[in-house]
Amino acid sequence: MTRKQKRLSVIGGGLFVLAVAAALVLFALQQKIAFFRMPSDIQTSDVESESRFRLGGLVEKGSVVRGDGTRISFSVTDHVKSVPVTYDGILPDLFREDQGVVIEGKFMPGGAFVADSVLAKHDENYMPKEVADSLKAKGVWQGGSKQ
Amino acid sequence: MTVELGHFALVLALALSIIQAVLPVLGARRNDDRMMAVAVPASFTVFALIALSFAALTSAHVLSDFSVQNVFENSHSQKPLLYKFTGVWGNHEGSMLLWVLILSFFTALVAFFGNNLPPTLKANVLGVQAWIGSAFLLFIVGTSNPFARLNPAPIEGQDLNPILQDIGLAIHPPMLYLGYVGFSVCFSFAVAALIDGRIDAAWARWVRPWTLTAWIFLTGGIAMGSYWAYYELGWGGWWFWDPVENASFMPWLAGTALLHSALVMEKRSALKIWTVLLAILTFSLSLLGTFLVRSGVLTSVHTFATDPGRGLFILAILVLFIGGSLALFAWRAQTLAPGGLFQPISREGALVFNNLFLTTAAATVLIGTLYPLLLESLTGEKISVGAPFFNLTFGPLMIPLLAAVPFGPLLAWKRGDILAVAQRLMTAFFVALLVVAFVLYKTSASGVLAAFGIGLAVWLMLGAVTDLSLKAGIGKTSLRGMAQRIMGLPRSVFGTTFAHFGLGITLLGIVATTTFATESVLVMKPGDGIRAGGYTLRFDRVDAVKGSNYTEDQGKFTILNDEGQPVTDLVSAKRFFPVRKMQTTEAGIKTFMFSQLYVSLGDAAKDGGIVVRIWWKPLVTLIWLGGVVMMIGGGMSLLDRRLRIGAPAKSKLGKPRPARAIS
Repeated sequence: MTRKQKRLSVIGGGLFVLAVAAALVLFALQQKIAFFRMPSDIQTSDVESESRFRLGGLVEKGSVVRGDGTRISFSVTDHVKSVPVTYDGILPDLFREDQGVVIEGKFMPGGAFVADSVLAKHDENYMPKEVADSLKAKGVWQGGSKQ
Repeated sequence: MTVELGHFALVLALALSIIQAVLPVLGARRNDDRMMAVAVPASFTVFALIALSFAALTSAHVLSDFSVQNVFENSHSQKPLLYKFTGVWGNHEGSMLLWVLILSFFTALVAFFGNNLPPTLKANVLGVQAWIGSAFLLFIVGTSNPFARLNPAPIEGQDLNPILQDIGLAIHPPMLYLGYVGFSVCFSFAVAALIDGRIDAAWARWVRPWTLTAWIFLTGGIAMGSYWAYYELGWGGWWFWDPVENASFMPWLAGTALLHSALVMEKRSALKIWTVLLAILTFSLSLLGTFLVRSGVLTSVHTFATDPGRGLFILAILVLFIGGSLALFAWRAQTLAPGGLFQPISREGALVFNNLFLTTAAATVLIGTLYPLLLESLTGEKISVGAPFFNLTFGPLMIPLLAAVPFGPLLAWKRGDILAVAQRLMTAFFVALLVVAFVLYKTSASGVLAAFGIGLAVWLMLGAVTDLSLKAGIGKTSLRGMAQRIMGLPRSVFGTTFAHFGLGITLLGIVATTTFATESVLVMKPGDGIRAGGYTLRFDRVDAVKGSNYTEDQGKFTILNDEGQPVTDLVSAKRFFPVRKMQTTEAGIKTFMFSQLYVSLGDAAKDGGIVVRIWWKPLVTLIWLGGVVMMIGGGMSLLDRRLRIGAPAKSKLGKPRPARAIS
C-alpha cells in the first residue's frame, strides 16, 4: 500500500466506527430514555401509550398501605393531583410519607401506575433534585430547611 | 489557634502557587536559569503548607472542635475515631482540600524525580501544575473555606451522613483523587510540550510512569467505589450508570487509551500529536468529573450541600483549563514534528484500534451523561439516561475491542502477520468455543448472551496466558529454559499479561452476576427457610442492639447446606442514626468461593414477619478482583527497569542527550 492508501484506510476505519457509534447513540436517545413527569403533568397519552417514565412527587400522607407480603401501595402527589402507585419489593431507606420520591414504571391498562423501582437518589434533605425543582416551580414547596 | 494557622497556611500556599505559576514559565521563555529554579523549592513549600493546613483541619475534626463550622456540620462527639479522621474529606470543603493536597503532592514528586528532565520542560511542567493549583486554591479560599468559625460555638455536632460512616470513605475518595489528580501531571507535560513546541520519544517515556500511576489508583478507586455502593446501599447493584460513576469512568477510559498511545510514541515515535491531545482530554474529563460532582448540578451522596456560586466558579475553572489547553493545542500542534507512519496490521495498528474504540466509548458515555443536563437547561424537559442507553451504546463498542485484545501483544511492531497470530491463538479460541458450547448446553437457549460473554472472558484470559507462554518459548525449550526466559522478560510484559487477564476476570464476574443471579423478596417469620444458590437460609430472630452513635435491628440468619447442617451465621441489619434521623441498611453478605449470598432487611410486614430480600450472586467478587489484578499489572509495568533508567540521563555538559531519532 502507498502512504496515501494507508492513511485513507486508517481514517476510513475510524470514521466507520464513529458513524456506527453515532447511529447507536441517536437510536438509544430515541428509544432508551425515560421522561420525568409530575402527577399534574401526566397526559392521557402517557396513560394510554404504556411507555416507561419516571414519576416524581411527594409520598401522600396517610396513603401508604402495606398489602400481603412485600406488596405496597401509596400515592404520589404534587398537591394538585395524585397518582396511585403499586410496588412489589423493598422500599429504600429514605422512603417516608410526605417526603420526595422518584419512581420508575408505567401505567397498566386501567390506569394504575406499577413501579418497578423506587429510587433513593436523595440528598440528606429527602428531596430529589427533579422533584424539588418542579415543586418550587409550582409554588408548593419552598426548599429544605438546610438550604 | 491551630485552625487559624491552617487557614493562614492555605492562603500562603495560594500566594506561593501564583508565584510558581508565573516565574518558572517566564524564565523558560527568557532562558533565565534563576527564574526557572524557583519552581522546585516552591513546589516543595506549597506541598508542605497545604499538608500543614490539612493537618490543622484533621486535628479540629479529631478533637471535635465544634466552633469550626465544617466540624459542626459533619461530626459528632460520639462518632467513632476512624470516621473523625475520614470525615475530614466527607464534606465539600474538606474534599476540595484533599484534592489540592494530592495535586501539590504530585507536583512535589515531579520536582523531586525530575532531575533528568530538560530544565525548560521541568520549569514549564511545574508552572502548569501551579496554574491548576492556584485556581483550585483560590476556589477553596474564596468560596469553600473549611476553617470558617461559628460564634457562639455549638455544644454538639450534626454528625456525618451515615452512609459515609464506613471504612469505604477511608479508601475510595483518596484513591480516586490520586487517580483524577494524577492525570494532571500528564496534562502539564502535554501543555509544557506545546509551549516548548518540541516533543520526542523521551517525552513519552517521562509521561508514561505518571499515566500508569494515575491509572492504577483510578482503577482501584473505581473498583472500591463500586464495591462500597454494592454493600452499603443494600440494593445488590454494583454499577448504576449514575452520572457520578460515569464522571470517574470517562477519565479511566481516556487514561487507558493514553496508556496505550504513549506506548506507541515511546517505542515508535509515532502518534505524537494524538498522545498530546489525549493527555489533555484525560485530565479535562477529570476536571469535568470534579465539576459534575462538586458543583451541585447533580444530586447524589457525593454532592454535599452546595451553593450556586461554587458551581459557577468550578465551571469557570473548567472552561478556562479545557478551553485554554485545547486552544493552545490548535495553535501549537503543527509545530510538533509529525510522527512516523506504519502498516495498519501491526502492533501500532492494534494500539490505534484500541484508542479508537476506547475514545469513542468514552464519547458515548460523555453524551449519555451530559445530554440530560443540556436538555434540561435548554428546554426544561427532564429525562433520565440510564442503563438501557449505555447497554445499547457502550456495550456494542466494547465487544470488538475485547475480542481484539489478545491479538495486540502478539503482533509485531511495524509490520505484523495477522494469520500467524491467529494460528498461535488457535488453542485459546477453541477452548473459549468449548466453554460457549458448555454454557449453552447447561442453560439452554436462554443463555445465549451469557454463553458468548463468558466465552469472550475466557478468550481474554487465555489470550493473555498464550502471549506470556509464547514469549517464554513454550515448546521450544525445556521447562528450565522457559523458567529462565520468563525471569529474563521485561516486567512490562507481565504488566500487559496481568492487566489483560484482569480484564477477563472482571468481564467473567460481570456476565455471571448479571445473567445467573437469583433474587427473591419475601416475608419471613422466625424459623422460615428459603433456598438460595445451593444453600438454605433460615431466619432465626431479630435483636435490638445499641452502637456508638446509632441503634440497630439485627436480623440473625443461619445458612444450612444440603444435608441441613448449619454452615455459618449471617447478620443483616437496619441501622438508625438519631442525630440525622436517618436509616441505613447494613446488608448481610457471605462469600462462598467467588460467589456471594446477599441479604438485606426491609420493613416489618403487618403479619409479624419481616420483609427480606435475598440474592445469590454467582462469581460477583471477580468483578473487583479483576480490578485488583489490573492494578497489579499496572504496578509491574511501573517497576519496569526501562522506565526507570531508560529516560535520557544528563550528560556531563548539563544538557540532555537528544532522544532517539525522530522519524
